[in-house]
Amino acid sequence: MIRLLRTLGHLTVDGIWQVGFATRFLFAMLRHSGPSFARFSLTIRELYFSGVLSLVIIVVSGAFVGMVLGLQGYDTLQRFGSESALGSIVALSLLRELGPVVAALLFASRAGSAVTAEIGLMKATEQLTAMDMMAVNPLARVVAPRFWGGVLSMPLLAAIFSTVGVIGGWFIGVVVIGVDNGTFWSQMANSVDFREDVVNGVIKSFVFGWAVSLIAVFQGYDCTPTAEGVSRAITKTVVYSSLMVLALDFILTSFMYIVK
Amino acid sequence: MNRAILDLWVGAFVALGFVALMFLAMQVANVSEEGTRGETITLHARFEDIGGLKVKAPVKSAGVVVGRVTAIRFDSNTYQAEVEMKVSAVYPFPRDTIASILTSGLLGEQYIGLAAGADSEMLKDGDRIEMTQSALVLEKLIGQFLFNKAAEGGSK
Repeated sequence: MIRLLRTLGHLTVDGIWQVGFATRFLFAMLRHSGPSFARFSLTIRELYFSGVLSLVIIVVSGAFVGMVLGLQGYDTLQRFGSESALGSIVALSLLRELGPVVAALLFASRAGSAVTAEIGLMKATEQLTAMDMMAVNPLARVVAPRFWGGVLSMPLLAAIFSTVGVIGGWFIGVVVIGVDNGTFWSQMANSVDFREDVVNGVIKSFVFGWAVSLIAVFQGYDCTPTAEGVSRAITKTVVYSSLMVLALDFILTSFMYIVK
Repeated sequence: MNRAILDLWVGAFVALGFVALMFLAMQVANVSEEGTRGETITLHARFEDIGGLKVKAPVKSAGVVVGRVTAIRFDSNTYQAEVEMKVSAVYPFPRDTIASILTSGLLGEQYIGLAAGADSEMLKDGDRIEMTQSALVLEKLIGQFLFNKAAEGGSK
């Protein structure tokens, strides 16, 4: 019994300590973010690795998610004889939820894990320590550019995901099934609000970008410098950022659409 | 990797992202929609019953969107619904315009239809449209229909 309580207490203290450490890490990194903007080529390189290389998976899954939405939405709507609302359904679900969330989940597993692995291996092979010895701050040179690369590419990836998804939904709805083209777009334009839906979606994906990138660089920087430690850190990155994205999504949604 | 190629790819990626955002703003959300941009005038109207009219519902005349509903209040003095709408200043309407609440399609959204009158004076900012027609509430119609049928049956 006492042992159980002790384990519980240990886990709680450990958790709080981790959160505190991650927060301090975030501020230390923000303070050393100057070079990643002054020497923008560092960030550009990371934009390439986490943004451009994620494009393929984002575009392909966006197209499939949009096409599934088109099929499922049509199947449900035609029972009520309101297939004309297909455009609204596809666009609203993509812009508000699926675009930011699915893009962030894919981003976490595609780019976040890669960042963690890279930083973790650098730590395991003592490259970070070597940089410190040469008076190069690894936070400024290695961590901050990767963080900002992730933060900047996430909203763009989410926007591309939503756009490709809308086109996928249009392809299934209009080209394959035969919903009227004009109705599809005009219903969509009528029900989607720029401020309410598009901007909120961008805000969401921006927040997710922060969360996923922070978790990725933190787990890499914090990992045990062994092969096993690195692999565990990568698993943690994917699991924590997925949970974080879903939890943040709930919180953001309740603030954006319900509490007014 | 070569610096120039890297820059090129990242540039293409960022451009693609912004094109996607523009697409979402223009094609999907239709920011540049008629009647919501440019100069507008505010008009008021009282309705007995607004049915399912909502804020941001379109104001149409002859089927063309000329404005949006901006606020709906309940007036406790007259027990009527007070609707405020912004109508594009490009389209002036005569003072004896009739505002009615219509439905697009059988189950579609409700909107305000403006039918222009013949007055030579035009509505100005802040004016009130005096002639209004309430929404058709389906239950009331069915009720009336049944009542009429029953009355017919009784008189025979």
